[in-house]
Amino acid sequence: MSTVRVLVGTRKGAFILTSDERRADWQVSGPHFAGWEIYHMKGSSLDPNRVYASQTSGWFGQIIQRSDDGGQTWTPVGKDFVYEGDLGTHQWYDGTQHPWEFKRVWLLEPSLSDPDTVYTGVEDAAIFRSSDGGQSWRELPGLRGASGHLWQPGAGGMCLHSIVQDPGDPQRLYVAISAAGAFRTDDGGATWRPITRGLKSEWELPDPNAEVGHCVHSIAMHPARPGVLFMQKHWDVMRSDNGGDEWYEISGNLPSDFGFPIAVHAHEPETVYVVPIKSDSEHYPPEGKLRVYRSRTGGNAWEALTAGLPQSDCYVNVLRSALAVDTLPSCGVYFGTTGGQVYASADSGDTWAPIVRDLPAVLSVEVQVVP
Amino acid sequence: MIRVVLPHHLRTLAGVRKEVELEVAEPVTPAAILDALEARYPTLRGTIRDTATGQRRSLVRFFACGQDWSHEPADAPLPAAVASGAEPFMVVGAMAGG
Repeated sequence: MSTVRVLVGTRKGAFILTSDERRADWQVSGPHFAGWEIYHMKGSSLDPNRVYASQTSGWFGQIIQRSDDGGQTWTPVGKDFVYEGDLGTHQWYDGTQHPWEFKRVWLLEPSLSDPDTVYTGVEDAAIFRSSDGGQSWRELPGLRGASGHLWQPGAGGMCLHSIVQDPGDPQRLYVAISAAGAFRTDDGGATWRPITRGLKSEWELPDPNAEVGHCVHSIAMHPARPGVLFMQKHWDVMRSDNGGDEWYEISGNLPSDFGFPIAVHAHEPETVYVVPIKSDSEHYPPEGKLRVYRSRTGGNAWEALTAGLPQSDCYVNVLRSALAVDTLPSCGVYFGTTGGQVYASADSGDTWAPIVRDLPAVLSVEVQVVP
Repeated sequence: MIRVVLPHHLRTLAGVRKEVELEVAEPVTPAAILDALEARYPTLRGTIRDTATGQRRSLVRFFACGQDWSHEPADAPLPAAVASGAEPFMVVGAMAGG
């Protein structure tokens, strides 16, 4: 029987939640790296026991940890993230230009094709790659060449928070940045271009159709449909059917199209999940009801999933990296909240139950199914 | 031997007790202590001072003999009591937050 391993990054440490594939009884391991912010943990699909963690602190900076035994033991690896070449500048909050400055690693994305290769998205926004299991890192500087001087920090900082790999084409990667937009490379990261046609940011940008500057919150893809992308933007849920060349809105009947994470069902490429949040000014669920919304039609028609979730007086948020799915035949869906709950559904979202209720604020959730 | 007191999180990271002892050649300065500390515990590199600029991280403080050495030059000789090991050189996480 397989083991399900949920990797939870929080404001005050990492937690690893494990269960058999019934996903009814859970063991909680942690806190690992107690007291540190764990922005993200993710395991390699090629070697599931190799897990990376971004451990960071406002006091002591950035550490990258690697485990080769599924999170039982950890070893610090490389943490030198040095921007390549001319440092360059980006827009600052006051409209002036500001030099790039490394702050933290937002996510770690192990390669789908090479177990020793892993990508990171960092703040200030850039993408780095390691080809030696995280020991050393090199920036892919072509990304900042894509109008980097026009990028600006969102409220959470100027972070590269999403990296999506095309499983059939290792040369093609997608990234998303707040607040710069979405970008694609077709040559393994040497050159990048914005993929924002169709995005509209009427309240955030002076030119709502600008090529660069959109506050993209997360993007997702189903591995069987690598040309189809789903996006939760600051406002608007969007879809592209041609690798990001053009986007169209699929918010449909959502109670709010503001939100942070988006995910695709493991076996149904047209089934998509979002967690609507009331607004950019009020980061909690509309009406105090924690509802995951599911579309089984690739967008536009959404149903509220509420069974087992609090339907009154709930004012938590679900951050951009805190929603994930597993790959078991009955697809599991998981999310963590800023209130410290991690909820799981073993039936594609029909019913939910908390795995834990009182962790520190959850920053990220990833799931592994280990044979 | 020079005695260095580390904050909780750095002790955990380096796997050491509250105080570590280091051989540091004269003159004993903050920079010389940190060089020796990072050589002994490479995982601490970048956690106390920036690896590129060598500057103290903004929320780290250095105390010695009841004085704040955070804003002194990194190559300023520390008091004889630190150099002799009678008093520790303290690396402190600054007070921040609520």
